[in-house]
Amino acid sequence: MDATVEITLTVNGERISRRVEPRQHLADFLRVELELTGTHVGCEHGVCGACTIRVDGQIVRGCLMFAVQADGARVETIEGLTDSGEVADLQKSFVERNALQCGYCTPAMLITAAELLKRNPHATRAQIRDFLSGNYCRCTGYHAIVDAVETVARARTGRRDGAS
Amino acid sequence: MKPAPFAYARPSSLDDVFDLLGRTGEEAKLLAGGQSLVPTLAFRLSTPSLLIDLNRVPGLAGITADAGMVRIGAMTRHCEIEHSIEIAAKLPMVAQAMPQIGHPAIRTRGTIGGSLAFADPAAELPACAVALDAQIVIASRQGARRVRARNFFKGLYETDLGAGELITAVEFPAQPPGYRSRLAELARRHGDYALVGLAAHAKTEGDRLSDLRLAFFGVGSKPVLAVQAARELEGQHVSATALALAAEALDDDLDPPDDLNGSGRTKLHLARVLLSRTLTGMVEA
Repeated sequence: MDATVEITLTVNGERISRRVEPRQHLADFLRVELELTGTHVGCEHGVCGACTIRVDGQIVRGCLMFAVQADGARVETIEGLTDSGEVADLQKSFVERNALQCGYCTPAMLITAAELLKRNPHATRAQIRDFLSGNYCRCTGYHAIVDAVETVARARTGRRDGAS
Repeated sequence: MKPAPFAYARPSSLDDVFDLLGRTGEEAKLLAGGQSLVPTLAFRLSTPSLLIDLNRVPGLAGITADAGMVRIGAMTRHCEIEHSIEIAAKLPMVAQAMPQIGHPAIRTRGTIGGSLAFADPAAELPACAVALDAQIVIASRQGARRVRARNFFKGLYETDLGAGELITAVEFPAQPPGYRSRLAELARRHGDYALVGLAAHAKTEGDRLSDLRLAFFGVGSKPVLAVQAARELEGQHVSATALALAAEALDDDLDPPDDLNGSGRTKLHLARVLLSRTLTGMVEA
């Protein structure tokens, strides 16, 4: 018996059909089947946040959703957000502020930070820390990441760096 | 960290769900938001032969309010409840619980019905349902029935749900005028499961409390109503003396087991701290 299921979804604007095993989670599907390896897999049980992606416009844990559930959905990954330029200022700011070392958490940090600034463009440092608290970074100690996101929040809302 | 193989069904009506449950029995698991179930599959703590995905069954999501009651559909996502004006106005305890559940990327998927059915003893929503005396609406092929939340939770991850049944909604009495509620917890990190949590609901007149319901979570196998502590505080002004007596009464109400986070004694201490802090905050203007 063929246990695979046919799914059709849109990934970064491209319509894609594949047969998947029901147990394959969405992050693995993106990495293994579509070779979109910007979505990282850390803990695979919903704790570390490294697999954060967007499904139908909302951020989700890619490891806590099965690919088969994304049938008909619109999925966006860091590759798509990079190509569209949506996170370009965040990426630049992460580099400038040294907000990454090994880079493993970075794609998901960028997607989560983008979501925060969409919901709350005037986010304070405390709010940035709170919103990113589900994304683990084992290198930076978070300070530089908060700096980078705060810098972009200020720039996007026309506030000068250092002013509040 | 890959789940064992399973078959997948995506029913488009409750009737189809009942058919699938009838055919597969205990071998099947219902998939709601998946934010607790999928980790248990990844750890292979659970190895169902079939996952029945409820995400495309119509009529299970949404918030409706009327005549003193707020009904939340089982498949309503945490993020919808979190941002609902209706919930903020009529169920402030539930509104306070939301930001404490996991993280934003969890709350976009997680559902209230899933949380109640999973019955994690450290989860916020089961305690809210007990503290607010909610009714769990359960459906099966035979029809619907309602169970009071305090009778729904049976033990560690155990509920009153029988074979062929699923939760379709939760009905909360809207918070009456003159009442206040608080959802507070102590956790190592934001978004972690609570070491100890408290869902507190009471009538307040100035700093005097009555008709209290204090549901603790993370201190046993299911939400625990602290009946003795509530009795100590009935009709009392919130004072150091009253809080000390209530804290002492918690000895009779709670018997937290030791766990990875600390001893039962530590948890009891934290429960006392949380009780005092929460009730003091509750009567402040």
